[in-house]
Amino acid sequence: MAVYEQTYRRYEGPRTSRRLRFLVIPRYAYQRLSGSKILWALLVAATLLTLGAAVLVYLKHNVRALAAMNLEVGELLPIDARFFDVFQGIQLGIGFLIVLVAGPALISMDLANGALPLYLARPLTRREYVLGKLTVLAAGLSLVTWVYGLGLWALQAVLEGGAWALDNLRIAGAIFAGAWIWILVLSFLTLALSALIRWPLAVRGVLLVLFLVLPGFGLALAQVLRTRWGHVINLGADLGAVQSALFGVAAADGPPVAGAAIVLALVLAGSIALLAAKLRAQEVVT
Amino acid sequence: MSSIPTQAPVIELEGLEVRYGRLRALKGVSYALGGRAIGLLGPNGAGKTTLLHTLLGFLRPAAGTARVLGLDVTTQAQEVRALLGYMPERDSFIAGMSGVRFVRLMAELAGLPAEPALERAHEALFYVGLGEARYRPMESYSLGMKQLAKLAQSIVHGPRLLLLDEPTAGLDPPARERMLRLIREIRDSGQVRIVISSHLLRDVEECCEEVLVLKDGQIAAYSNLAAERRTNRRFLEVETRGADDAFAESIRSLGCELATAGGRRLKMVLPEGVGVTELYRLARERGVQLRRVNFRRDSLEDIFLKAMEAPAAPAGPTPGEEASRGGL
Repeated sequence: MAVYEQTYRRYEGPRTSRRLRFLVIPRYAYQRLSGSKILWALLVAATLLTLGAAVLVYLKHNVRALAAMNLEVGELLPIDARFFDVFQGIQLGIGFLIVLVAGPALISMDLANGALPLYLARPLTRREYVLGKLTVLAAGLSLVTWVYGLGLWALQAVLEGGAWALDNLRIAGAIFAGAWIWILVLSFLTLALSALIRWPLAVRGVLLVLFLVLPGFGLALAQVLRTRWGHVINLGADLGAVQSALFGVAAADGPPVAGAAIVLALVLAGSIALLAAKLRAQEVVT
Repeated sequence: MSSIPTQAPVIELEGLEVRYGRLRALKGVSYALGGRAIGLLGPNGAGKTTLLHTLLGFLRPAAGTARVLGLDVTTQAQEVRALLGYMPERDSFIAGMSGVRFVRLMAELAGLPAEPALERAHEALFYVGLGEARYRPMESYSLGMKQLAKLAQSIVHGPRLLLLDEPTAGLDPPARERMLRLIREIRDSGQVRIVISSHLLRDVEECCEEVLVLKDGQIAAYSNLAAERRTNRRFLEVETRGADDAFAESIRSLGCELATAGGRRLKMVLPEGVGVTELYRLARERGVQLRRVNFRRDSLEDIFLKAMEAPAAPAGPTPGEEASRGGL
């Protein structure tokens, strides 16, 4: 099929690894998303916030710098589980905004333009297709959540000493586990909505309703019925409750941890089931 | 670059049954096809696209088996797909991409490393005639250009079997001619087998050597067009004046199979090495007028219409058996 020959020629060259071929999908997605200024702004915000937190950790261990700024050590926030819980909570919020920008079009545009048969006619399974799309969100969310979080934890461990690191391994585990729970729930939910609704703007709307409007109903429910269980329909609060439990920090008015965990598991399972039902190479009309 | 042996079965179907819920879309289809270009013909709902989707592994057979180039489509789906190129019937593209990025992505998903994928994407787009438009976003392509881009993505990774679902759907006459020419060129390269699903008889007739006519999820007819064309060239219908038994006998003496219809009309199959000039010579010698001499032109349309009238037959022969058929 050389241009100068203008004839068909079969490809006889090397092939890439079958197992890692799904990574082609996020690579192309990142090339497209790299043009989004909003996305860059969110990434910069998350990075600046982490740098700010890192400065705080540094100041806590630098008496000379504190003296130069006329500050006492006690005036600064304590670097403990709650500090990391709050930091991760803010980063997860930024992560939600990143998903709101990058996620809704991931599958919906493929379905709207009939591209799915093209993907699945290749040696690529439906599972690998979803894994590729999931990687787009998971990699970005990982950066702003557990990668930055563990970096901060490592900085604190270096400055405070090995004993602190050993005593606070749970915080590192909580950062990693809490972030991944959020990443999986939010990513699968977004992909499922993207497969179901097929209109990115509407997917964004539904996500906003789920995370901003539904909590209002949850609050009303909780107050009318005088029970914390009303908050379980607030997915953000569910994650907050589970994450605080992982950090070993007492959560403020939120849903019971068990209820929150069950809701998150149900959302995750439902999203996976929805994806399995919707992602077919062909639409069956009977 | 090796070409594929022409008689090895490309597609083998054994009692293949595919269901959509309670609906039986394919009803125990058995056949083996081995031509360079195979046409799947049939009215809407006959099961053509269902068969293609089964070969691609999109649908699981409820019963029976389907093999592509010797590989089972159910248990070896990924291996089968690695050998296939697929051009879907419906509009299919990835939004927000130029033609070359789209085709390159498809090549990489088929396993080509990034650099060869880019090189092949450029080549494929030039080959199908989209060289100048390859940097344009695909949303701006016309229907004909999108069809060509779909063809480019189906060949970019160098498949061994190309599945084309209604490749000329929605094309204007020049674009249609271009598409058919490309398909014939690819077929004649001998490096890839082609299956064309279409309801347009002319498209299939122009590109295919074998035709499987489907009707209501069953095989209604099979025709080896190449053998049919060879047979047609030997089959004569002659209208005479003054022909008698002696004339008929002299024709038989040439080695022709002969049948008479109403005295003045003769149907015959000329053996190899005997031309029409022999017939003219005999007529002159016997004083017989040849008022009309026609080569039979049993068109695909005739075959298709006969198949639509006849009851469907679920089982069929192998390509070798079918190719050996002929005669009156």
